[in-house]
Amino acid sequence: MEFRPVLNALMRNKTGLLLIVLQVAITLAIVCNSVFIILQRIEKVNRPSGMQEAGLFTVNSLGFAPDFDLAGSLRQDLDALRSIPGVIDATTINSVPLSQGGWSEGLSDQPDSVPQDKRIRESSAIYMVDEHGLNTLGVKLIAGRDFNAGDISPRTKDDKGTLHSVIITQALAEKMFTGGTAVGKTIYSSLGGKNGPVTVVGVVERLQAPWVGWDKVEQTTIVPQYSLGEFDANSARYLIRAEPGRRDEVMKEAERKLGEINTGRIVRGMRSIEEVRGDSYRQDRAMTMVLTTVIFALLAVTGLGIVGMVSFWVTRRIKQIGTRRALGARRFDIRRYFMIENLIVVGIGVAVGLVLTYGFNMWLMKHYELPRLAWYYAPLGALTVLLLGQLAVFGPATRATRVSPAVATRTV
Amino acid sequence: MMGYYLRLAIISLRRNRILTALMVAAIALGIGMSMTSMTVLHMMSANPLSHKDEQVRRVQLDNWDANDPWDEDNPSEPPDLMTYQDVRNLVAAHKAEHEAGFFPNVLSLEPAQREIKPYMVEALFTTHGFFPIFEPPFKYGGGWSQAEDDNAARVAVIDQETNEKIFGGENSVGRKIRLSGEDYTVVGVLEKWHPTPLVYHIAAGAFNDPQAVFVPMSIGIEKELVSGSNNSCYEDRSDPGYQGLLGSECIWMDLWVQVKDDADAQRYLSFLNNYVNEQKKNGRFPRPINNKLRSVSEWLVAEKVVSRDARTQVWLAFAFFAVCLINTVGLLLAKFMGKSSEIGLRRAVGASKPAVFAQYLTESGLVGLAGGVIGLVFTGLGLLALRKLYAGTSIEKLAQLDWTMVGLSLLIALVASLIAGLYPTWRACQVQPATQLKTQ
Repeated sequence: MEFRPVLNALMRNKTGLLLIVLQVAITLAIVCNSVFIILQRIEKVNRPSGMQEAGLFTVNSLGFAPDFDLAGSLRQDLDALRSIPGVIDATTINSVPLSQGGWSEGLSDQPDSVPQDKRIRESSAIYMVDEHGLNTLGVKLIAGRDFNAGDISPRTKDDKGTLHSVIITQALAEKMFTGGTAVGKTIYSSLGGKNGPVTVVGVVERLQAPWVGWDKVEQTTIVPQYSLGEFDANSARYLIRAEPGRRDEVMKEAERKLGEINTGRIVRGMRSIEEVRGDSYRQDRAMTMVLTTVIFALLAVTGLGIVGMVSFWVTRRIKQIGTRRALGARRFDIRRYFMIENLIVVGIGVAVGLVLTYGFNMWLMKHYELPRLAWYYAPLGALTVLLLGQLAVFGPATRATRVSPAVATRTV
Repeated sequence: MMGYYLRLAIISLRRNRILTALMVAAIALGIGMSMTSMTVLHMMSANPLSHKDEQVRRVQLDNWDANDPWDEDNPSEPPDLMTYQDVRNLVAAHKAEHEAGFFPNVLSLEPAQREIKPYMVEALFTTHGFFPIFEPPFKYGGGWSQAEDDNAARVAVIDQETNEKIFGGENSVGRKIRLSGEDYTVVGVLEKWHPTPLVYHIAAGAFNDPQAVFVPMSIGIEKELVSGSNNSCYEDRSDPGYQGLLGSECIWMDLWVQVKDDADAQRYLSFLNNYVNEQKKNGRFPRPINNKLRSVSEWLVAEKVVSRDARTQVWLAFAFFAVCLINTVGLLLAKFMGKSSEIGLRRAVGASKPAVFAQYLTESGLVGLAGGVIGLVFTGLGLLALRKLYAGTSIEKLAQLDWTMVGLSLLIALVASLIAGLYPTWRACQVQPATQLKTQ
């Protein structure tokens, strides 16, 4: 059997055919591209940040009392935080990873005197921490050494302190120093005073920049300094890592303790990294949910549309079906007729849809900087839509098989 | 006649409930989805200063590095913020009707009442031109004048919420408020004010809340504060310290001016170009002259206030709506074709083609209206879901149904269903009475 007779019958009802083809085509294009966007977002959300996030939280302090002593307060706060039971470590930090707010700097592998085209220049996020920084963040040092107390210096409004050593991420190391180890190499930037050189003393496996949407999110430099009113007089930010199960209890205790030891300041912005992460990726998660809803609604509408259309066709052809049954067609043949018809209609829709899919993808690539659709999306999408069509036609086709052969004799 | 058509339509729709439900559901889903995403887009692309769009202008000077443009992907774009020295000079020159130069930071607020703990408030350090330009509504008092700016006088305009908290909502003009260890005199209290998007300072987030306290910019400079949102430098500062920052090419301030009209804006732009040429003599502004004086609406576009995700969602939603409509056309076609004999009979006993046309169009219109109403419920649910999904982000605040959107969705549903019904109805009218009657 029997493509030809089915096709001939279809050609007599071009409008119905066209409508289903259009529906199927648009559905396929939207479903393929949406699934593609969804998977990309999921991949983005699931990237590791490099930190051990489970017990991490952050808190800010801002002094307002006229006699507020920032340096003393920093020391006192950190001692207090580290002594809370359940705290693994605590550090000062200028900005929180994943928090969408921070500092970036241009780094170079050669001094300014070398012409620009002979230098490698890379942007990097800057985290300023003390000698407890790496341990608090929970990042993995893969080469060189951690900071020690001697490395740490304060930055004030007038004095950028003395900076000799930095730790960079593997991703940045690969960009800046192609081939060979980065440890021991020199970086030139305004971090170390006027384009001064600083030495890379360590490389960490991974630590993301604060901006989750940044294309250089893996390029990060850790600097052994802390701000002593460099930008905002009297403000400080701390990052604390508690034992994973005890974070909430430790956060409460930290808030109480900080409030207690100094009343001339405001303790605010206490947030777990879990919360920070949730906020930063909220848009991506929401987009995933919205697109998933669209996909399911679309498949449902298209599926039900096919059910409706085919039901109508069955009703119109009751006499024809009866005649065929009377002439010896089995129930199986009747069902097969409608299944094949559906396969042809949806198949044409899929063919048109593939063109639309790639067109839509090209448009997304141009306007939304999305990569090209991986090759397997289209065939998988096509298969899904074909299956959906077969599923939708099953009910009405079954109804068609129940048409009694006697119908043929009744009205003619 | 209309009543009769309606009755017939209802009878016909009731006869095949499943088909009717399918059509109504398809339109309702389509409306719900496209209106949900449209509402968000509509709110995002709003312009709270549309009544003076031409007059309010954003100043941008290209003071960036000779070799490196501010935006490498878009080299013709000047930096989005300004240096302190240019803001100071341009405000002092006063060549526009009003100038608003400002930056945000925080102040601690220490209430006189013991029971309220000191807390942080977002403050805008601005010149007095801010109030006539952005027209925040005053409940009591008003802004300040040139003199307060010049003397860094401790005056403050506070928002309604702060006034409630500290002064119990009374007229607090003339009273003192303690900010970061100093007493400020309240000169103005605002009414509830929430421009969406926050046009005057988009850098920190286009849909953030406005600041709670407004004080003269000169105070911020005296206190040696910088912007709490964005600061960018392209070169190392030659002089250390805050004075070095003030004299540097680091950008961290917003500058808006108000001009009379488009022609006046051209005049102001040429003033800016002259200013930059003057500055070039001091070795500043190494790049070719590239100053911009954008209107509010142009600024909103340049700052990409409307998120890409919101745009994609609208496109998807309308494609989805198209599928729903195609679906409805198919189902209506199926339905009307199934009634050939009925139509034939009506035509044979004297109904004219237009009469049949009107009747079937009534039926599809009814489907559309029902779909629109249910679609509105879906829109409400969709917005509720969006508020949950985007809790804590700007979109949460934007996902509110407004009456324009309600009207629009009903209209779209009706028009779309009528259009969807046109072809099936036309086909229905083509029925030849004779052939249909013959087979009976």
